[in-house]
Amino acid sequence: MSELKEELKAKIIEQLNLEDVSVEEIADDDALFGDGLGLDSIDALELIVMLDKDYGIRLSDPKEGRKIFESVQVMADYIEANRTK
Amino acid sequence: MTNKFHIKSYSHIKSQTVSVNGNVIFKGDDADFPNFIKSAYKYLETSYSKFFKMDNLSKLAFLAADVLLKQESLSEEENNIALIFSNKASSLDTDRKHQKSIENQDEYFPSPAVFVYTLPNICLGEISIKHKLYSENSFFIFDRFNAEHLYLYANNLLQNNKAEKVLCGWVDFDENSYEAFLYLVENKGEIVHNTEEINRLYNLL
Repeated sequence: MSELKEELKAKIIEQLNLEDVSVEEIADDDALFGDGLGLDSIDALELIVMLDKDYGIRLSDPKEGRKIFESVQVMADYIEANRTK
Repeated sequence: MTNKFHIKSYSHIKSQTVSVNGNVIFKGDDADFPNFIKSAYKYLETSYSKFFKMDNLSKLAFLAADVLLKQESLSEEENNIALIFSNKASSLDTDRKHQKSIENQDEYFPSPAVFVYTLPNICLGEISIKHKLYSENSFFIFDRFNAEHLYLYANNLLQNNKAEKVLCGWVDFDENSYEAFLYLVENKGEIVHNTEEINRLYNLL
């Protein structure tokens, strides 16, 4: 699980082009949206594509992302429970 | 027609160099555009949280506009500065990236962050958000730099009080080949606003 969380942090930084943010700076429970990393709606769509592409998880309702993308910890828990690859 | 309007300032970004009014303000040493524009952004102390999410064309246009608009005493509420931009390659560089992500049915993962930049005028939105421009904007595609069209359009907007100032020019990006030339037209300024002067400034660097 710890490995998956580190992997997710690195992917979030790379795929969402978070300049000047390092893996060490993202805590497992940091909010990804709002006051946390400040991600926006396009970032949310990008994370939905990442779930599908890298972990074989297809969200039928984009609104599901709101809860799944709360933090790296919540994302990792969801991926562990639902991944198909 | 009398030339009552003037070119107040102008910027160029090309050949790893950023210049304002003909004076070089940043010279990069990296031929790769993403590295060059990132160095320029940081050196020029530009501040816009979404900059690194933009595509190459928007980064080019944004920085060329920012070095001019940061010299203006802009309102934090709203500014009536129209934008008239043009280029040759449209958003082709980003269009190709998007095309690559959808050409294989077995690996069909289009990126939303890439897709939103598959129009050239998106760069106008980025500039408008940063500088609070709730004004006219247009993006034209031409085979070559078209000073006459830009001149007529800018004059029309100013004469009809549709804008207080107009930021015009050319921002072209395709496969690491890039060139930006923007100029600000308003009542005051040293340089007369006409096609000869626009072409002279375009060819200056």
